[in-house]
Amino acid sequence: MDFALTSEQEMIRATAETFLADASPSAAVRRAMETEIGFDADVWNQVGKEFGWCAIAIPETFGGLGLTIIEQAILMEQMGRRLFCSPYFATACLAVPALLEVGTAAAREGHLPSIAAGEITATLAFGERGLDWDIDAVTATATPVAGGYSISGHFQHVPDGASAQLLLLPARIVGRDQVSLFAIPAATQGITTQPSMTIDATRRIAEVRLCELHAGENAIVSMPGNIGNGLARTSALAAIALAAEQLGAAQQCLDMTLAYIAERRQFGRPISSFQAVKHRCAEAMVRIEAARSAVLGAACAVAASPTTSTLMLESACAKTMASDCLFHCAVEAVQLHGGVGFTWEYDPHLYLKRAQASGQWLGNCDSLRERVAAILLDR
Amino acid sequence: MELGFSTEDEAFRNEVACWMAEHLRGDFECLRHRGGPGDEDAYPAERKAWEQTLAAGGWTCVGWPTDHGGRGLSLARQIIFHEEYARAGGPGRMGHIGEGLIGPTILAFGTDEQKSRFLPGIVQGTEFWCQGYSEPNAGSDLANVQTKAHRDPGSGEWIINGQKVWTSLAHESEWIFVLARCEAGSVGNRGLVFLLVPLDQPGIEIRPIRQLTGTAEFNEVFFDGARTAPSNIIGQPGEGWSIAMALLGFERGVSTLGQQMHFYREFDLVCQVARDNGADRNPMFRARLAHAWMGLKVMRYNALRMLSGPQDGSLQRPAMIYKYYWSNWHRDLGKLAMDVLGVDGDIVVNDPVRTRLQQLFLFSRADTIYAGTNEIQLNIIAERALGMPREPRPSLG
Repeated sequence: MDFALTSEQEMIRATAETFLADASPSAAVRRAMETEIGFDADVWNQVGKEFGWCAIAIPETFGGLGLTIIEQAILMEQMGRRLFCSPYFATACLAVPALLEVGTAAAREGHLPSIAAGEITATLAFGERGLDWDIDAVTATATPVAGGYSISGHFQHVPDGASAQLLLLPARIVGRDQVSLFAIPAATQGITTQPSMTIDATRRIAEVRLCELHAGENAIVSMPGNIGNGLARTSALAAIALAAEQLGAAQQCLDMTLAYIAERRQFGRPISSFQAVKHRCAEAMVRIEAARSAVLGAACAVAASPTTSTLMLESACAKTMASDCLFHCAVEAVQLHGGVGFTWEYDPHLYLKRAQASGQWLGNCDSLRERVAAILLDR
Repeated sequence: MELGFSTEDEAFRNEVACWMAEHLRGDFECLRHRGGPGDEDAYPAERKAWEQTLAAGGWTCVGWPTDHGGRGLSLARQIIFHEEYARAGGPGRMGHIGEGLIGPTILAFGTDEQKSRFLPGIVQGTEFWCQGYSEPNAGSDLANVQTKAHRDPGSGEWIINGQKVWTSLAHESEWIFVLARCEAGSVGNRGLVFLLVPLDQPGIEIRPIRQLTGTAEFNEVFFDGARTAPSNIIGQPGEGWSIAMALLGFERGVSTLGQQMHFYREFDLVCQVARDNGADRNPMFRARLAHAWMGLKVMRYNALRMLSGPQDGSLQRPAMIYKYYWSNWHRDLGKLAMDVLGVDGDIVVNDPVRTRLQQLFLFSRADTIYAGTNEIQLNIIAERALGMPREPRPSLG
């Protein structure tokens, strides 16, 4: 039993912290927000190709580093602090676990090495409504035709859907009572992507439409029969990573607030000296440390015992604690910055928008609490 | 980072569980899940006898060094011991102030004579201790203690006059450790002395305080010319404050995982009531129960983080939030329990589950007051963890 970071984990954390402080300050985030793809391709190349961040949770047999969700959470926390704009979440936290959870051997061998090497970005769509996995909500259809399938369908809320080079899309096979996951290169004819206008401009979301897209037999990447459970697990794993990102963002909300209120003076003293302000910051720290315990605990528990029951409970707990925590810290950051907290120029609004958007992803707090209640009470 | 325990440690877990199953029965059956904060007045005589049974099995002071009668357990095994003790329903420890607070203080700062006089009584479960810190005008502002101590010029004995309050288990204890003012005219945290005082003497009167629960487990302790031997001082006159603060640092949290076992049990009782009366089908209650369960998870992981941190007495962030977090969680559970009970919550009947939950609701109001109120906890977090400007403290020099 040891909850302290290993020296390797500490190195990953410290490297990411230092790099992102330099590569993703507020000005860089704002520049990325204005671009079409939503991130700086040079910085992405650096973290993908030089640092191997996408390789973290990919097994060594597929060119990865063979590390765990713990290391991935450590990275995501640092990215969250800086609102690092990148396709990391879509690629490494959605597409990679999807391939590992439901992928055939050929699909893993075919796609994971190039993701691990940082050569391609990828994403996963859940269904027409997106946001979370629900096999019954899959409306896209794949009709068997000569040499493969003709796929039509509409997917909303696909993270980095317009920039990802590989899209993992679930579709219902016509004539068979079965949903399969297809891997479709973005350049395929019959696919159109439309970036959505988003309030949280630090993450790109797209609508993806397939219109009689022709896919070969080998476009199916899922093993028969396990997609329902496999993508539920994928969603839960991604929720832990997202919770880590939210944790980092919450910490930054508090840190930037502390810096501001130590400088801001009213009534002849720094406003940080007022007990009403101190207690609110202390309360924020309590929630951050509680969320940190939930996120680190979930990552450790899942790394040690990746059973579906553990995964579902732990991820629900981590994501709920982190979502609530980030929202609380973001609104406190706006409030404690006072008037400037309401401006575009200062950063709190970026965190507020990320808080609200990410809180709806992969299960909102109400649905995750109900997931836990069902496990606890309905037996 | 790693959550599990080693195979050897898990074997040790089994050893503790077996011992508890063999011994917590017969005359001690009635003690299961009894005692502890909110229930300290339950079965005091039986719980003292239980302490001696524990001692005979070598299960008191398990983290102390073996040359002072302890078991010398590693941190991991101390955690396991406390978990299994609580899981088996082991009663609230009558000896916890001796074992967890004054014992380690004597080990760290006491003379050899004090160690050989006081430690065996703690290890053997034959002498019980209470804490004389708070006073009517020294609550959150503890450094404002006004109880006075001076030397008898003839015998050299210390003579104590004043009043302590909120003294848990004073009426069941042999000894009290007292923070008193030994330098006339001194203010605040200077000029204090830390004394060990026998309770059974004419100069001491103990009066129970009836709480809002209707029961009494705290006391007022009045000192009117009470005496203690010249050798019963820890540190030097004037060093009382630093000794008093060091004592509070010895509770490193190994017992918090045991405390959480009690919380789990209380939570299970609330779920049981909800299933019985149909509250478990109400979406609002379902959400609140799930929220409470997540709090339990958080507390467990937070405690493990706390115990994995540097064990050098420095207060790390998980340790700094711990008291505030658990006390507010527990208070909320008390309210949830009563809401789940609904109108039945107001009716007193002979039903151990309902009684337990009613006690939880009432006693947990104290959780956010004793051992540092919510407001003091937030000050400490803001100032020590976040480095924010300090409140004015006239009594802290």
